[in-house]
Amino acid sequence: MTPLLEVRDLRISFPTGGGRITPVDGVSFALERGRTLALVGESGCGKSLTSLAVLQLVPAPGVIDPSSRIRLGDTDLLALRGEALREVRGRRIGMIFQDPMTSLNPVFTVGDQIAEGILAHFDVPRREAMARAERLVGEVGIGDAKARLTAYPHQLSGGMRQRVMIAIALAAEPEILIADEPTTALDVTVQAQILEVLDGLRESRGMAVLLITHDLGIVAGRADRVAVMYAGQIVEEAPTAELFERPSHPYTQGLFASVPRLEGPLSRLTPIRGTVPPPTAWPAGCRFRPRCPIVHPRSETMPPLLDVGPDHRMRCWLAEGET
Amino acid sequence: MSPAGALLRAVWRRMSGRIGVVVLAAMITGAVAGPFVLPSPIAQPDIEHGGRPPSLAHPMGTDQLSRDVLARVAGGARVSLSVAAIAVAMSIGVGALVGLFAGYKGGAVDAVAMRLVDAALAIPRLFLLLLLLALWERIPLVVFIVAVGATGWFGTSRLVRGEVLRLRESEYVAAARALGGGGGRIMFRHLLPNAIGPLLVAATLGVGDVILLEAGLSFLGLGIQPPTPSWGGMIFDAREVLVTAPWASVFPALAITLTVLAANLIGDALRDAADPRSA
Amino acid sequence: MGRWLAARVAHAIVTLAVAATLLFFLMRIVPGDPLSRLSDDRPISPREIARLRERYGLDQPLGRQYAAFLSGTARGDLGVSIEFGRPVTRLIAERLPATLLLGGTVLLLNFTLGLWLGVRQAVRRGGATDRWLEIASLAGYSVPSFWLGLLLAWLAATRWRILPSGGMHDVLLGPDAGMVPVTIDVLRHLVLPALTLSLVSIAATMRYQRTAMLEALALPFVQTARAKGIAERRVVWHHAWRNALFPVITLFGLWLPILVTGSVFVEQVFAWPGLGSLAAGAVGGRDYPLLMGTALLASALVVAGGLIADLLYALLDPRVRHA
Repeated sequence: MTPLLEVRDLRISFPTGGGRITPVDGVSFALERGRTLALVGESGCGKSLTSLAVLQLVPAPGVIDPSSRIRLGDTDLLALRGEALREVRGRRIGMIFQDPMTSLNPVFTVGDQIAEGILAHFDVPRREAMARAERLVGEVGIGDAKARLTAYPHQLSGGMRQRVMIAIALAAEPEILIADEPTTALDVTVQAQILEVLDGLRESRGMAVLLITHDLGIVAGRADRVAVMYAGQIVEEAPTAELFERPSHPYTQGLFASVPRLEGPLSRLTPIRGTVPPPTAWPAGCRFRPRCPIVHPRSETMPPLLDVGPDHRMRCWLAEGET
Repeated sequence: MSPAGALLRAVWRRMSGRIGVVVLAAMITGAVAGPFVLPSPIAQPDIEHGGRPPSLAHPMGTDQLSRDVLARVAGGARVSLSVAAIAVAMSIGVGALVGLFAGYKGGAVDAVAMRLVDAALAIPRLFLLLLLLALWERIPLVVFIVAVGATGWFGTSRLVRGEVLRLRESEYVAAARALGGGGGRIMFRHLLPNAIGPLLVAATLGVGDVILLEAGLSFLGLGIQPPTPSWGGMIFDAREVLVTAPWASVFPALAITLTVLAANLIGDALRDAADPRSA
Repeated sequence: MGRWLAARVAHAIVTLAVAATLLFFLMRIVPGDPLSRLSDDRPISPREIARLRERYGLDQPLGRQYAAFLSGTARGDLGVSIEFGRPVTRLIAERLPATLLLGGTVLLLNFTLGLWLGVRQAVRRGGATDRWLEIASLAGYSVPSFWLGLLLAWLAATRWRILPSGGMHDVLLGPDAGMVPVTIDVLRHLVLPALTLSLVSIAATMRYQRTAMLEALALPFVQTARAKGIAERRVVWHHAWRNALFPVITLFGLWLPILVTGSVFVEQVFAWPGLGSLAAGAVGGRDYPLLMGTALLASALVVAGGLIADLLYALLDPRVRHA
């Protein structure tokens, strides 16, 4: 089966004062119809840039390398321009951004901002667009939908705003929803509510979801597959259950060790030593080497993605010993 | 490196800033070296045959009174640049003091000072200067400089006050106070240095403003009085021969434009360096 | 909103009253009294001056003079012009339409062409157009306005003979000429002063708009808008520009002083019968009541500009409107 969305060898680079940096460096993954793929990593690992590249939203002066490929079915997304690009944005792929405080335009009403996406893709009168916006507002769990349509973003709470963001992303009924850290900026209780809304919509609409997050806790039971990113690369990829059972890359293991777990024996939380280096300071060879508790003898050379098990791969020389 | 030094370095790194610095340096060089290598700016060697076009002997020609235009542009640079420098230094000094005190003391002092500053900002600076200068028979140079300086500090005081208000409640000022720092010490050692960046920007842009103002006032007959050469005064003197001897006004006008442009380029580069977001 | 408006208007009135007071005392710190220099320019006997001094109340104590000045100003009585022997308010009223026509034209050019160019610069940031516009506008800002005016007048009127070099009406056009010829005639006279004043003032507008637009374009909601699949033109003008308008409105208040100042020189160069040339003439004639009157009016314009800017702000920004 051909995947719905396929990203192959994605490279995004930025010119800086001291040469070019490449914060996304050869990322590949596939998203199947109706499935959820989680892209997990710490901030600065390139996961958000990756998701922006899908809709050609990489901010200037960032450049997507011409050898990169992103395909949506038979469409080459990176080759799209103008009208054809707009027909994909919102209509086939919807996107939710991290910060609901700044991601809504402060000078337009909620209704206008949702209806705009409907009017951009469907040939319906404004009244009809508003009626659909009202249904959407109800669908994302905002009570008193009709009254909320005329509200401005500053009159809503953070959780409400993120619900509005979801309604905007769903306005043109996309097949794929990209959720870039959808709950990071919210309180814990509100986070749970928003995730619940997202889960419900994914099921009722049969959407595929690309979930970008730094939080392994929200991945379990939600994503079908997980890809872990570190320093611009995918370092481990597996079905969710497999990854949670057998985290293999030292970085992934470090991520799990630094998250408190409810099941299993009580163990000490061990944070990964050191900090994520900026793209200007990535080492040659394995990029995790300076922080790695193991350090494989061959780590001076960059490892490729190697099989660790069925449908489970990681970017670490240790995999060679295991198979 | 001092913050000011870092700023100047950052200006030099930008192309626009570098052009500004070079132009301004050239003007200052001309102003300083002019008297040693050029004929006297007030000599009238050939009063019968004034208004000569540029030639080898007079690269910028001569004006209607047969004075060497190049010498006068250089002399004008001396006067216009030093007038601008002194007046701006005055404005920045007074503005910084008022802003510091108003912001630091707060309360009634601040309210009264800022109400006055608001009102003063409502009167266009040109009109303030017209009222101050219109009634003199001959405007003494000192009076001219003081008038220009005294009408240019209102915006600066607001700027410094804003900076002081932002920092007054900050932790390190609280720490300085806890260590027993007096008001004066806190104001000048802790608060003022933080405003250096914006003040430098204001000063550079201020130089451009003053040079334009001087030119404008000269055009209305209220500028630096002849025979002292000033750029504005030269254009004013040459207005009758604009068509027959254009060089007599074109070169001082170019000098004004280039200098103001340079000041603005440097000011912009400074601002970008101090606040990278606005680049 | 009502209370905010009342407070804002009260603040404007206080500011203007304090400004008037400053102007009054400014006149008094200049050595000698305002009439002492009259005899420099015109044959006038000491007796005549004494009579004028009495008429203007300059023989009274300072406090009484100030009281008279304030009450007169409040009643709209700005005294009598020495040069013209007529009430200053009457002279100002006669000259106001010409200045409003010139100022209005320049304002219109700034807030259409200037804003448009500033937005173009921001959208094409760093490109050749951006750089050239930057340099051209800065050059315009750096040229002495009167010299530019003299140059343009010489080019267009003397050299090419395509436009009149000064005044507002062609003296050869009879009083019985129809509406259309008169309008065309006034417009022809308007071109050069309006062009000069626009060239020297448009830089400020462009640069402000450019900076504001760059900031607005970097805001997250612009990305939200793009992700919806709407046209880039709509992203720029509807979403970003609506938000980049607020700093520009603030500029409106800062902008009037530039216009008022510039009009003094430009009107003088082109003999445009407005307030600017009235003020310039008052300087030459040492006509201090007239000078005072024009300075007061200039200040009133600036205060009114700030007030209008605040009102516009409140009308356009829902965050203020609903506060």
